[in-house]
Amino acid sequence: MTKVILPELGEGITKATVSYWYFKEGEKVNEKEDLVELTTDKATFNLPSPASGILSEILFHEGDSVNVGEVLGMINEG
Amino acid sequence: MEFEIFDLGLVDFKKSWNLQKEIFLKVKNGFLKSGLILCQHYPVITLGRSSNKKNILFPEEELKTRGIQIYEIERGGDVTYHGPGQMIAYPIFNLNFFKKDIHFFLRYLEEIVIDLLGDFGINAQRRIGLTGVWVEQKKIASIGIAIRNWITFHGLSINIKKEDLANFRFIRPCGMDIEMTSLETVLERDIEIADIKQNIRDTLSSNRGTLLQPKQRVSLLT
Repeated sequence: MTKVILPELGEGITKATVSYWYFKEGEKVNEKEDLVELTTDKATFNLPSPASGILSEILFHEGDSVNVGEVLGMINEG
Repeated sequence: MEFEIFDLGLVDFKKSWNLQKEIFLKVKNGFLKSGLILCQHYPVITLGRSSNKKNILFPEEELKTRGIQIYEIERGGDVTYHGPGQMIAYPIFNLNFFKKDIHFFLRYLEEIVIDLLGDFGINAQRRIGLTGVWVEQKKIASIGIAIRNWITFHGLSINIKKEDLANFRFIRPCGMDIEMTSLETVLERDIEIADIKQNIRDTLSSNRGTLLQPKQRVSLLT
Protein backbone atom coordinates (compact mmCIF):
# COMPACT_ATOMS: atom_id res chain seq x y z
CA MET A 1 0.00 0.00 0.00
CA THR A 2 1.25 3.49 -0.85
CA LYS A 3 -0.01 6.52 1.02
CA VAL A 4 -1.12 9.63 -0.86
CA ILE A 5 0.28 12.41 1.31
CA LEU A 6 -0.30 16.16 1.06
CA PRO A 7 3.24 17.49 0.49
CA GLU A 8 4.82 20.79 1.47
CA LEU A 9 3.24 23.55 -0.63
CA GLY A 10 5.30 26.50 0.49
CA GLU A 11 6.10 28.67 3.48
CA GLY A 12 3.15 29.34 5.74
CA ILE A 13 0.82 26.89 3.98
CA THR A 14 -0.45 24.36 6.52
CA LYS A 15 -3.54 23.03 4.81
CA ALA A 16 -5.52 22.79 1.58
CA THR A 17 -9.06 21.86 0.57
CA VAL A 18 -9.88 18.88 -1.63
CA SER A 19 -11.69 20.14 -4.72
CA TYR A 20 -11.81 17.12 -7.03
CA TRP A 21 -10.84 13.44 -7.14
CA TYR A 22 -10.10 12.35 -10.70
CA PHE A 23 -10.82 8.72 -9.71
CA LYS A 24 -13.31 6.86 -7.53
CA GLU A 25 -12.45 4.27 -4.89
CA GLY A 26 -11.74 0.94 -6.56
CA GLU A 27 -10.53 2.43 -9.84
CA LYS A 28 -7.13 1.75 -11.36
CA VAL A 29 -4.63 4.62 -11.47
CA ASN A 30 -1.22 4.95 -13.05
CA GLU A 31 1.83 6.51 -11.40
CA LYS A 32 2.20 10.25 -12.16
CA GLU A 33 -1.38 10.49 -13.45
CA ASP A 34 -3.45 13.35 -11.95
CA LEU A 35 -5.14 11.88 -8.88
CA VAL A 36 -6.67 14.71 -6.89
CA GLU A 37 -7.06 18.49 -7.20
CA LEU A 38 -6.82 20.77 -4.15
CA THR A 39 -7.13 24.50 -3.53
CA THR A 40 -5.31 26.92 -1.25
CA ASP A 41 -5.78 30.66 -1.24
CA LYS A 42 -6.38 31.68 -4.89
CA ALA A 43 -4.62 28.67 -6.38
CA THR A 44 -5.64 25.17 -7.40
CA PHE A 45 -3.04 22.45 -7.74
CA ASN A 46 -2.87 18.75 -8.52
CA LEU A 47 -1.35 15.76 -6.81
CA PRO A 48 -0.11 13.08 -9.17
CA SER A 49 -0.54 9.47 -8.09
CA PRO A 50 2.58 8.27 -6.22
CA ALA A 51 2.16 4.70 -7.56
CA SER A 52 0.29 2.51 -10.04
CA GLY A 53 -2.49 0.37 -8.60
CA ILE A 54 -6.03 0.56 -7.26
CA LEU A 55 -7.23 3.65 -5.40
CA SER A 56 -8.39 1.56 -2.48
CA GLU A 57 -9.40 4.28 -0.05
CA ILE A 58 -10.25 7.99 -0.11
CA LEU A 59 -9.83 9.50 3.38
CA PHE A 60 -10.63 13.13 2.58
CA HIS A 61 -13.48 13.97 0.23
CA GLU A 62 -14.34 17.01 -1.88
CA GLY A 63 -14.74 20.03 0.38
CA ASP A 64 -12.65 18.54 3.22
CA SER A 65 -9.70 20.43 4.65
CA VAL A 66 -6.40 18.49 4.81
CA ASN A 67 -3.24 19.35 6.74
CA VAL A 68 0.19 19.16 5.10
CA GLY A 69 1.63 15.70 5.83
CA GLU A 70 -1.78 14.03 6.24
CA VAL A 71 -2.79 10.97 4.22
CA LEU A 72 -5.46 11.71 1.62
CA GLY A 73 -5.88 8.20 0.29
CA MET A 74 -4.29 4.81 -0.27
CA ILE A 75 -3.06 3.10 -3.44
CA ASN A 76 -3.01 -0.70 -3.39
CA GLU A 77 -0.29 -1.84 -5.75
CA GLY A 78 -1.52 -5.45 -5.29
CA MET B 1 14.07 33.78 -16.56
CA GLU B 2 13.43 33.08 -20.20
CA PHE B 3 9.85 33.13 -21.36
CA GLU B 4 8.20 33.58 -24.71
CA ILE B 5 5.55 36.31 -24.90
CA PHE B 6 2.26 35.66 -26.70
CA ASP B 7 0.51 38.97 -27.33
CA LEU B 8 -3.05 38.14 -28.37
CA GLY B 9 -4.72 41.56 -28.28
CA LEU B 10 -8.49 41.52 -27.69
CA VAL B 11 -9.68 37.89 -27.74
CA ASP B 12 -12.46 35.60 -26.59
CA PHE B 13 -11.68 34.05 -23.22
CA LYS B 14 -11.94 30.57 -24.77
CA LYS B 15 -9.18 31.28 -27.28
CA SER B 16 -6.72 32.33 -24.57
CA TRP B 17 -7.81 29.40 -22.39
CA ASN B 18 -7.02 26.95 -25.21
CA LEU B 19 -3.67 28.63 -25.86
CA GLN B 20 -2.80 28.37 -22.16
CA LYS B 21 -3.34 24.61 -22.34
CA GLU B 22 -1.20 24.37 -25.50
CA ILE B 23 1.65 26.35 -23.94
CA PHE B 24 1.30 24.36 -20.70
CA LEU B 25 1.88 21.10 -22.61
CA LYS B 26 4.92 22.59 -24.39
CA VAL B 27 6.39 23.64 -21.04
CA LYS B 28 5.55 20.28 -19.43
CA ASN B 29 7.16 18.38 -22.29
CA GLY B 30 10.26 20.57 -22.28
CA PHE B 31 9.69 22.28 -25.66
CA LEU B 32 9.40 25.70 -24.02
CA LYS B 33 10.90 26.97 -20.76
CA SER B 34 8.01 29.25 -19.84
CA GLY B 35 5.40 31.41 -21.55
CA LEU B 36 3.50 34.61 -20.89
CA ILE B 37 0.18 35.45 -22.55
CA LEU B 38 -0.84 39.12 -22.63
CA CYS B 39 -4.37 39.94 -23.79
CA GLN B 40 -7.69 41.66 -23.20
CA HIS B 41 -11.00 39.83 -23.14
CA TYR B 42 -14.42 40.46 -24.58
CA PRO B 43 -16.84 40.64 -21.62
CA VAL B 44 -16.75 37.37 -19.70
CA ILE B 45 -17.52 36.09 -16.21
CA THR B 46 -15.39 33.22 -14.97
CA LEU B 47 -16.05 31.01 -11.97
CA GLY B 48 -13.03 29.57 -10.15
CA ARG B 49 -13.08 26.35 -8.14
CA SER B 50 -14.22 28.07 -4.93
CA SER B 51 -17.15 29.77 -6.65
CA ASN B 52 -20.63 30.13 -5.35
CA LYS B 53 -23.05 30.74 -8.22
CA LYS B 54 -25.03 33.05 -5.94
CA ASN B 55 -22.22 35.54 -6.50
CA ILE B 56 -23.48 36.05 -10.05
CA LEU B 57 -26.20 38.59 -9.33
CA PHE B 58 -28.05 38.57 -12.67
CA PRO B 59 -29.79 35.72 -14.51
CA GLU B 60 -27.50 33.90 -16.92
CA GLU B 61 -29.86 34.56 -19.84
CA GLU B 62 -29.75 38.31 -19.25
CA LEU B 63 -25.96 38.30 -19.13
CA LYS B 64 -25.82 36.36 -22.40
CA THR B 65 -28.21 38.86 -23.98
CA ARG B 66 -25.77 41.57 -22.95
CA GLY B 67 -22.97 39.66 -24.68
CA ILE B 68 -21.30 38.44 -21.49
CA GLN B 69 -20.05 34.86 -21.66
CA ILE B 70 -19.77 32.62 -18.59
CA TYR B 71 -17.17 29.89 -17.99
CA GLU B 72 -16.44 27.55 -15.10
CA ILE B 73 -12.68 27.12 -15.01
CA GLU B 74 -9.95 25.36 -13.03
CA ARG B 75 -8.27 28.36 -11.38
CA GLY B 76 -8.49 29.09 -7.67
CA GLY B 77 -10.86 31.70 -6.27
CA ASP B 78 -14.48 32.72 -6.72
CA VAL B 79 -16.26 34.65 -9.48
CA THR B 80 -14.70 37.48 -11.48
CA TYR B 81 -15.40 39.62 -14.52
CA HIS B 82 -13.09 40.47 -17.40
CA GLY B 83 -13.63 43.09 -20.11
CA PRO B 84 -11.76 44.97 -22.84
CA GLY B 85 -10.51 47.64 -20.42
CA GLN B 86 -8.41 45.21 -18.38
CA MET B 87 -4.85 44.07 -18.98
CA ILE B 88 -4.66 40.31 -18.56
CA ALA B 89 -1.45 38.36 -18.00
CA TYR B 90 -1.31 34.57 -17.91
CA PRO B 91 2.13 33.36 -16.83
CA ILE B 92 2.77 29.73 -17.73
CA PHE B 93 5.85 29.43 -15.57
CA ASN B 94 7.66 26.24 -14.63
CA LEU B 95 8.18 26.53 -10.86
CA ASN B 96 10.19 23.31 -10.83
CA PHE B 97 13.14 25.48 -11.92
CA PHE B 98 12.51 28.16 -9.28
CA LYS B 99 10.72 27.81 -5.99
CA LYS B 100 7.96 25.30 -5.43
CA ASP B 101 5.92 27.56 -3.19
CA ILE B 102 2.34 28.50 -4.03
CA HIS B 103 2.08 31.55 -1.78
CA PHE B 104 5.46 32.80 -2.91
CA PHE B 105 4.25 32.79 -6.50
CA LEU B 106 0.99 34.59 -5.60
CA ARG B 107 2.97 37.26 -3.71
CA TYR B 108 5.36 37.51 -6.70
CA LEU B 109 2.44 38.26 -9.05
CA GLU B 110 1.14 40.89 -6.63
CA GLU B 111 4.57 42.46 -6.56
CA ILE B 112 4.67 42.67 -10.36
CA VAL B 113 1.42 44.66 -10.28
CA ILE B 114 2.56 46.86 -7.37
CA ASP B 115 5.80 47.65 -9.28
CA LEU B 116 3.86 48.46 -12.42
CA LEU B 117 1.42 50.77 -10.64
CA GLY B 118 4.34 52.39 -8.82
CA ASP B 119 5.65 53.53 -12.21
CA PHE B 120 2.45 55.58 -12.49
CA GLY B 121 2.98 57.09 -9.05
CA ILE B 122 0.35 54.91 -7.41
CA ASN B 123 0.98 53.47 -3.97
CA ALA B 124 -0.76 50.10 -4.40
CA GLN B 125 -0.73 47.52 -1.63
CA ARG B 126 -1.49 43.99 -0.57
CA ARG B 127 -4.12 43.26 2.05
CA ILE B 128 -3.25 40.52 4.48
CA GLY B 129 -5.22 37.38 3.83
CA LEU B 130 -6.73 38.71 0.60
CA THR B 131 -4.88 37.87 -2.60
CA GLY B 132 -4.91 40.75 -5.07
CA VAL B 133 -3.73 44.35 -5.24
CA TRP B 134 -5.51 47.31 -3.70
CA VAL B 135 -5.41 51.10 -3.85
CA GLU B 136 -6.62 52.30 -0.49
CA GLN B 137 -9.80 50.26 0.13
CA LYS B 138 -10.52 49.44 -3.51
CA LYS B 139 -9.31 46.51 -5.55
CA ILE B 140 -7.41 47.24 -8.75
CA ALA B 141 -6.02 43.80 -9.66
CA SER B 142 -7.28 40.26 -9.22
CA ILE B 143 -5.29 37.04 -9.16
CA GLY B 144 -6.34 33.43 -9.58
CA ILE B 145 -4.08 30.63 -10.70
CA ALA B 146 -3.90 26.92 -11.35
CA ILE B 147 -0.77 24.81 -10.85
CA ARG B 148 -0.28 21.37 -12.38
CA ASN B 149 2.99 19.53 -11.82
CA TRP B 150 4.35 22.86 -10.53
CA ILE B 151 3.65 24.60 -13.83
CA THR B 152 1.35 27.63 -13.46
CA PHE B 153 -1.47 28.90 -15.64
CA HIS B 154 -4.32 31.42 -15.43
CA GLY B 155 -3.00 34.57 -13.72
CA LEU B 156 -3.85 38.20 -13.14
CA SER B 157 -6.03 41.01 -14.41
CA ILE B 158 -5.49 44.72 -13.84
CA ASN B 159 -8.34 47.20 -14.23
CA ILE B 160 -7.10 49.93 -16.56
CA LYS B 161 -10.01 51.67 -18.31
CA LYS B 162 -12.77 53.08 -16.14
CA GLU B 163 -15.60 52.02 -18.53
CA ASP B 164 -15.34 48.36 -17.57
CA LEU B 165 -15.92 48.92 -13.86
CA ALA B 166 -19.70 49.22 -14.29
CA ASN B 167 -19.90 45.57 -15.33
CA PHE B 168 -18.67 44.40 -11.92
CA ARG B 169 -22.20 45.15 -10.71
CA PHE B 170 -23.27 41.83 -12.27
CA ILE B 171 -21.26 39.88 -9.68
CA ARG B 172 -19.94 39.90 -6.13
CA PRO B 173 -16.24 39.92 -7.08
CA CYS B 174 -14.36 37.11 -5.32
CA GLY B 175 -17.56 36.47 -3.35
CA MET B 176 -17.03 39.64 -1.32
CA ASP B 177 -18.67 43.04 -1.10
CA ILE B 178 -15.71 44.93 -2.42
CA GLU B 179 -15.45 48.00 -4.58
CA MET B 180 -13.26 47.87 -7.67
CA THR B 181 -11.22 50.72 -9.07
CA SER B 182 -9.12 51.23 -12.19
CA LEU B 183 -5.89 52.93 -13.16
CA GLU B 184 -7.82 55.61 -15.05
CA THR B 185 -10.10 56.24 -12.06
CA VAL B 186 -7.16 56.67 -9.70
CA LEU B 187 -5.14 58.87 -12.07
CA GLU B 188 -8.16 60.80 -13.41
CA ARG B 189 -6.84 60.63 -16.97
CA ASP B 190 -6.95 58.35 -20.01
CA ILE B 191 -4.51 55.46 -20.17
CA GLU B 192 -3.83 53.36 -23.26
CA ILE B 193 -3.71 49.58 -22.85
CA ALA B 194 -0.73 49.52 -25.24
CA ASP B 195 1.30 51.57 -22.76
CA ILE B 196 0.48 49.15 -19.97
CA LYS B 197 1.42 46.22 -22.15
CA GLN B 198 4.88 47.66 -22.74
CA ASN B 199 5.17 48.45 -19.06
CA ILE B 200 4.26 44.93 -17.95
CA ARG B 201 6.78 43.48 -20.41
CA ASP B 202 9.45 45.75 -18.95
CA THR B 203 8.44 44.99 -15.35
CA LEU B 204 8.50 41.24 -15.93
CA SER B 205 11.77 41.49 -17.83
CA SER B 206 13.42 43.35 -14.98
CA ASN B 207 12.13 40.67 -12.60
CA ARG B 208 13.48 37.78 -14.63
CA GLY B 209 16.65 37.66 -12.59
CA THR B 210 15.01 38.06 -9.23
CA LEU B 211 12.68 35.12 -9.74
CA LEU B 212 15.85 33.07 -10.00
CA GLN B 213 16.81 34.20 -6.50
CA PRO B 214 13.70 33.38 -4.51
CA LYS B 215 15.24 33.61 -1.06
CA GLN B 216 16.26 37.22 -1.61
CA ARG B 217 12.85 37.87 -3.10
CA VAL B 218 11.08 36.62 0.02
CA SER B 219 12.95 39.10 2.17
CA LEU B 220 11.62 41.90 -0.02
CA LEU B 221 8.08 40.76 0.62
CA THR B 222 8.17 40.84 4.41
